[in-house]
Amino acid sequence: MTGEPLLRITNLRKAYGDKVVLHDVQLTVRQHDVVCLIGASGSGKSTLLRCIDLLEPVDDGEIHLGGVEITDPLVDVRSVRSRMGMVFQAYNLFPHMTVLENVTLAPRKVHGLSAADAEDRARTLLARFGLADKADEHPDRLSGGQQQRVAMVRAIVMEPELVLLDEVTSALDPELVGEVLDIVRDLAERGTTLLLATHEMGFAREVATNVCFLHEGVILEQGPPAQVLGDPREERTRQFLRRVL
Amino acid sequence: MTAWTPSPRQAERDAVRRRLRTRRRLVASVATLVVVGGLVTVLVLSPGWETFQETFLSWDHAKASFPAILKGFAWNVLMFLVAEPLILLLGALVAVTRSTVSPALFPLRLLATVYTDVFRGIPTILLIYIFVFGVPALRLQGVTTSIFWLGITALVLSYGAYVAEVFRSGIESIHPSQVASADALGLSSAQSMRFVVLPQAVRRVVPPLLNDFASLQKDTALVGAVGVFDALFAARDYTNFNFNFTPYVVAAAFFVALTVPMARYTDWLAARYARREGAGAR
Repeated sequence: MTGEPLLRITNLRKAYGDKVVLHDVQLTVRQHDVVCLIGASGSGKSTLLRCIDLLEPVDDGEIHLGGVEITDPLVDVRSVRSRMGMVFQAYNLFPHMTVLENVTLAPRKVHGLSAADAEDRARTLLARFGLADKADEHPDRLSGGQQQRVAMVRAIVMEPELVLLDEVTSALDPELVGEVLDIVRDLAERGTTLLLATHEMGFAREVATNVCFLHEGVILEQGPPAQVLGDPREERTRQFLRRVL
Repeated sequence: MTAWTPSPRQAERDAVRRRLRTRRRLVASVATLVVVGGLVTVLVLSPGWETFQETFLSWDHAKASFPAILKGFAWNVLMFLVAEPLILLLGALVAVTRSTVSPALFPLRLLATVYTDVFRGIPTILLIYIFVFGVPALRLQGVTTSIFWLGITALVLSYGAYVAEVFRSGIESIHPSQVASADALGLSSAQSMRFVVLPQAVRRVVPPLLNDFASLQKDTALVGAVGVFDALFAARDYTNFNFNFTPYVVAAAFFVALTVPMARYTDWLAARYARREGAGAR
């Protein structure tokens, strides 16, 4: 696909007081891309994702989603967010709702689906990810991996144009990481456009179309995974990879 | 499963624990006896004990005043039952109003803030006086002059301000990540409040709310001060005619009988919520 990419970020800047968290970030995500953000804790990966989902106001630069500048203060924030799905490191499921209620809330209240349609969709997707028998449980009865899979289903149930994943496996025990990554892989194979912050280098190498290395709020290097992870140009990238591999 | 018999070391430990338990019970019993015995002794040996018994603890006067106080106490219960739902409604409305962000609602937010500040500052008894004596003096068309209803209005306004603050602290205790999650799903701030924040906040504030209820049960007696024939009024009425204060003790017993179960229920609820939050902790 040529022409306007799905997500285009130019000269993005974000600071908390004197601390500059993102500096002059340029990033392009085309439809069906799987872009992995890597970098040490505090390098700005999460902040970048939160800026894209309009959970944080940016201090300069522009973010375009499908040709629309979403950093425009007059933009309809809710409609922009409803075009994206976001999954958080700590799952952030609603503890007072069942799994099914968690997943059907946005379809019913934001997208205007009937309760029956929303439930249909939710149950189909839950079944696809091996959660069919958990639909009526509350989140505190689920393992971390199951909770994160539910959070994933909740984010993609309305088939968003772009899915943002913020270190979705970082809070999990090692033996639970696989079941969550399997879902991400499944989404990638179905052509979902993904932008994810991750510490799973093996996974990034396997599924990413592009890898971006962030260091102190700057994208130091980006390119195909084989190049960035296998033959990095920057000394910083090499240092980082030596530490995590 | 193979059968298990405790090892000698375990048997030894069990024996030691039993011994320690016995000693703890003994210490607790002796301490209680000493304290209670001391209090009773002070009371009974006090120079006025005989007179006190006659004027405050007379069985005959208790029996004689009981029916009137019981009837009065029904008014207290009625006032409580009418006021409580209204207080919850008012408190929740004020708290939610204070948590809104829309610029169009600014006047309401201002009103809600002024209301909580002012009404939490005024002693409840003063509010009751102001409403019961002040409102009829205005001679407004269609406004009730019933002491009962004006008294309830004062209670509702006074407690509504407290309960609003309890609700608001509950709302503010919900972790921002829950709101971020609701935002990310595209929910409006009203939907996020209604479906995500408020249900969790309400669960969290149930114990402190019940504490306020217990307090309200007692404060219904304040309306007795302006002429509703409640338990306190009945007790005072009897006292004025018989020169004996026992009815006050009887009235107190009525209030205690109502608040103690409530207190135990609050403890039980609080423990249950604590257990549940602990279970969900990661």
